[in-house]
Amino acid sequence: MHASESLTARERAVWQRLDRVTDPELDEPLTDLGFVEAVRVEKETVTVSFRLPTYWCSPNFAFLMAEGIRREVAVLPWVRTVRVHLEDHMCAEEMNAAVNDGRSFAEALALREEGGDLAEVREIFHRKAFQRRQESVLVALRALGHGPAELAAFTLGALDRIRFEDPEARRQQGRYREILGERGLAEAPGDPAFPDPDGVPLTEAGFKERMSALRAVRINMEFGGALCRGLKQSRYKEVVSVDGEPTLVDFMLDRVPPRSAAG
Amino acid sequence: MYRTPDGKEIFVIDGHIHYWDGSPENHRNVHGKQFIDCFYAYHTNLSPESERWEKSKFVKYGPEDVYRDLFIEGPDDMAIIQSTHLRDFFNTGFNPIERNVTVAAKYPDRFIVNGACDPRDGEKALEYIHFLKETYDIKGIKFYTAEWNGDSKGYRMDEPAAYKCLELCEKLGIRNVHLHKGPTIIPLSKDAFDVHDVDYAATDFQGLNFIVEHCGLPRLDDFCWIAVQETNVYGGLAVAMPFIHARPRYFGEVIAELLFWLGPDKLLFGSDYAIWTPRWLVEKFWAYQIPEDIAAERGVQLTDEIKEKILGLNAAALYGIDVPSQRAKLAASPVSIAAE
Repeated sequence: MHASESLTARERAVWQRLDRVTDPELDEPLTDLGFVEAVRVEKETVTVSFRLPTYWCSPNFAFLMAEGIRREVAVLPWVRTVRVHLEDHMCAEEMNAAVNDGRSFAEALALREEGGDLAEVREIFHRKAFQRRQESVLVALRALGHGPAELAAFTLGALDRIRFEDPEARRQQGRYREILGERGLAEAPGDPAFPDPDGVPLTEAGFKERMSALRAVRINMEFGGALCRGLKQSRYKEVVSVDGEPTLVDFMLDRVPPRSAAG
Repeated sequence: MYRTPDGKEIFVIDGHIHYWDGSPENHRNVHGKQFIDCFYAYHTNLSPESERWEKSKFVKYGPEDVYRDLFIEGPDDMAIIQSTHLRDFFNTGFNPIERNVTVAAKYPDRFIVNGACDPRDGEKALEYIHFLKETYDIKGIKFYTAEWNGDSKGYRMDEPAAYKCLELCEKLGIRNVHLHKGPTIIPLSKDAFDVHDVDYAATDFQGLNFIVEHCGLPRLDDFCWIAVQETNVYGGLAVAMPFIHARPRYFGEVIAELLFWLGPDKLLFGSDYAIWTPRWLVEKFWAYQIPEDIAAERGVQLTDEIKEKILGLNAAALYGIDVPSQRAKLAASPVSIAAE
């Protein structure tokens, strides 16, 4: 989606790091959501500008995304300085200053008195991301014909031997494996593949209830996802091409037809 | 009145509408502009293309527009106006009750106008509730728990100040408490979409009905859980409704969850006019069936009887509207378009 041919190797490397930053509420990469507006590389300094679907989007999530951008881009060995720039947001000024100085969210918005600690929010949404990824893997396995008893007995090793043909299922499998590891819920090949977020294994008897709980998580997250994608596009509607040439935003929104089609 | 394709007449109460002034002249600051821009993005993004308005009409429309869109071109019989003040953003407020009562006075028997208040105003909030009851005889009131007020970034319905307001509402017979628990708008450090405060308030105020606007989306599971425990908790479908067009399967999943947990008597239709207009929403809703696999999973389906409840009968019960006599009253003063 950001496959502009004019990208330098360094810009490309930054975009690849940005693929790893998710919106905590939606568990989807910022780059897929089209939130990242521009990447500028000047020698060893990287500036990333991002814009959310509305001026009112939760400051807590905005801050987590800004932190994520900083963290992921800083991993590149040649990067000395990362500057993150949140645009057109009600808290943009305070937040940009704080993130770029490495201060906390509480310091950014002077929330100490109400305990403005994002650890709790981060954990709530990490659990939800885990559940959503788990549901998509379970649904994909059911579509292959695996029943509740079999899924309850599934080990990590068995999951790793599955080769989905559907690319989306394959992607979710990888993402689920990753978050299983992050939460330390399954590591050895013999570990149950489908624990709940607290580590309680899936059982055949509990299968229906588990799927019901996971569905509820997905319904909530999809609501946000559908709304945010749409609102973001509406918000970008004001953006028009300059002199008939598509801008980076056009590339991000897939508004640029493939060259062959454009003739 | 909505007439179904087979000729049945359905009484429609639109549970959530606005009569706002979001025009540039009324913006107090950039927040006012951003607020109406955000609403407009909701509008353009989830409305079918044929139903989209020009921005200039969207930011400010007249009483004739409301009347035509809801009652002449639209299928509504009545509508509940939810007052929203936002005086920090708009010079004369966004859709304050003073503005809302003007359209209600112009078209009698059509509107239920609800008040709004902020418990953080303390004694002033209580005085204001008295004023609302005496001046406008309100039957319902809206609380916007994620609203900022000075240094405060929101409040909960189980705080002492909110309880004082609820006690007074109960005493004065303002029985319907609408809570904005939904998307948008500035929750801060906490998960401010949280709906658990409603659980406490609903338990402690059995004489009040709590209508959770937007069904707590995106916290539908928590909302369903609470609504199962508390018999006086209802779900307002505003904002969930337009997904019927943009994401019909997803709409089916949401409705199936709500019907499974809450049953058909606790859900209220709402267009959120002027973000969306009611005609296409009601037409699509009447034609809608929950996809079979989802319906089978949850053992529920949207029957005509259930749709009729959601579209009007449930709200009529909450607001003490006697449907046959209201129908007769409205039939006696048929809709008419003012000279335009």
